[in-house]
Amino acid sequence: MMATVPVRIPTPLRSFVGGAAVAEVEATTLGGALRALVARHGALEKHLYSADGTLRNFVNVYVNDEDMRQLDGPATPLRAGDTVTIVPAIAGGSPGPSAAAPARPAAVGPAVGGDGEPRLTPDQLRRYSRHLLLPEIGVEGQKKLRAAKVLLVGAGGLGAPAALYLAAAGVGELGLVDFDVVEASNLQRQVLFSTADIGRPKLDAARDRLTGLNPDVVVRPFPHRLTGDNALEVLRPYDVVVDGTDNFPTRYLVNDASVLLGKPNVYGSIYRFEGQASVFDARRGPCYRCLYPEPPPPGLVPSCAEGGVLGVLPGLIGTLQAIETVKLLTGAGEPLYGRLLLFDALAMRFRELRLQKNPDCVLCGPHATQHGLIDYPAFCGVGAEPEAPAAGLPTISPTELAARLAADDPPFVLDVREPNEWEIGRIPGATLIPLGELPNRLTELTRAREVVVYCRTGGRSRRAVQLLLDLGFTRVENLEGGLHAWSDQVDPRIPKY
Amino acid sequence: MTDVELGAGLAEEVRRHGERAYPEEACGFLVGEAASASGTARRRIVRVESMENRVGDQRTRRFVIPPDEVRRFERSLEGSHELLVGFYHSHPDHPAVPSQFDQEHAWPWYTYLVLSVAHGRADELGAFELDPDERRFRPVECTVDAPPLPRE
Repeated sequence: MMATVPVRIPTPLRSFVGGAAVAEVEATTLGGALRALVARHGALEKHLYSADGTLRNFVNVYVNDEDMRQLDGPATPLRAGDTVTIVPAIAGGSPGPSAAAPARPAAVGPAVGGDGEPRLTPDQLRRYSRHLLLPEIGVEGQKKLRAAKVLLVGAGGLGAPAALYLAAAGVGELGLVDFDVVEASNLQRQVLFSTADIGRPKLDAARDRLTGLNPDVVVRPFPHRLTGDNALEVLRPYDVVVDGTDNFPTRYLVNDASVLLGKPNVYGSIYRFEGQASVFDARRGPCYRCLYPEPPPPGLVPSCAEGGVLGVLPGLIGTLQAIETVKLLTGAGEPLYGRLLLFDALAMRFRELRLQKNPDCVLCGPHATQHGLIDYPAFCGVGAEPEAPAAGLPTISPTELAARLAADDPPFVLDVREPNEWEIGRIPGATLIPLGELPNRLTELTRAREVVVYCRTGGRSRRAVQLLLDLGFTRVENLEGGLHAWSDQVDPRIPKY
Repeated sequence: MTDVELGAGLAEEVRRHGERAYPEEACGFLVGEAASASGTARRRIVRVESMENRVGDQRTRRFVIPPDEVRRFERSLEGSHELLVGFYHSHPDHPAVPSQFDQEHAWPWYTYLVLSVAHGRADELGAFELDPDERRFRPVECTVDAPPLPRE
């Protein structure tokens, strides 16, 4: 005897029956009622039945208040006045068996960690024995390092020690981003390179050195400038990003890409005798933009190429970055999240600042407005080429200047470098007024005479020329390429530094 | 696919439950604003309710919330502005992505949050929804209201 029975549909399935909470069907048995329901609403079938035609085991059906399993299952007869209710049971679980692991801090690296990784080889057991003795690392930690991928942005002062120690520590893959060649002036601090490497692409030299140190390590070179167009693709495969950049556009780019991809960014920076380090991870604390929402005006903060740096200093800061990276990958200890470590080599003092997540951060705050990468050179107010000449500023070439100095009415030559640079070498007849002192020493200049300004390579002198033009000087020129170009084109006895 | 918004502190509650239950799986209900539960681009989750993992064995890799519990809970919300909109569970020492088992047992429409707990510490939290046509999980965007600022 067919009965018309209401079937109560659970919320997740209502969209398949036109949004209704109840569907009426005619049936004699419970199984028949469900089949009739599916016949009318075909899209329901795969959610209620398995491929073999049996009811899925997490689909529970009640007749009135009785589970059909307590009744006769699908054969349960239905009568007028009965109500059928479909009720979800919720089940799930992890993939595969999971061994109970000892309580240890979280590792951000490969989430499955050492589990399921092949054993360490006898060679590896010998090589990493001092790590294996540490309970905080041990065999599991060493396997995590071997399974990990770390990207070093910049193979310079910071990247060099970080790369060496991470390779030595047995990190499985090191990506290196740098497009420079090794120069003599690098060797005072970039311990990854030797004298014989001068003139070689940095990444070629780095690969030889790192794989020589540890043949287990895969070194993946990216000999290109990191840009908004390629950064997400370059960073994506890596577990941790180590920021060893020397300019603001790339630093913001590395931060933003790390935040967007949800990766920790191990930050380090150096200048003269001072260094900083932190670990930025927007999921757990502030990001670089929380600390510095905007870059300083171009030129305000000199680079190490302009201001100098103690060669040992990046050795310390880059090594701190390597330590933090190993901790993140193995889960050992307390990472530098939300803390900025400041180091002063002259005072030989460490300080620590607490950093807070900036609630107004455009990138990682609750009301973030930036959801992708931007134009970083424009954001930082610099051209894509940091050394590109500023448009419109009058310039003079070294050979022109040499000719003018030999002629009548020679120009006043102004050197805006620091006194220690002046000691290294200078253009004969020049006057030294360091850039920082220039605004207070304008009386030493005369507006009547043409002024040619120079520095090491033309950056600081460009700012000095701009300053003088703004103050009403009319006959001011910048020496193109600075003292280095003078050495190349006019007088090779002047040392380049 | 419906993106979700997690109210302030709820992600922390899920993470803490995951850590408490470790090395077993934690599970619980996600309660949403009924008004935002269906047909909107964003579903707002206003409360989470932890549940006991009622699976008989293998609690380190399985969880079950039996239908009676689901029914009782849904009844408790009847007439309120709240609605059961999904479930969370943890993956001890496994990534915050649904397993094959999760997918086979999933319902459409609900939001599924999966928390990875690595060595006892909560790690990633992922949000997913079942694609009803393909019966495959798809990630959905999960916006988490900012946690309280860390104290000095």
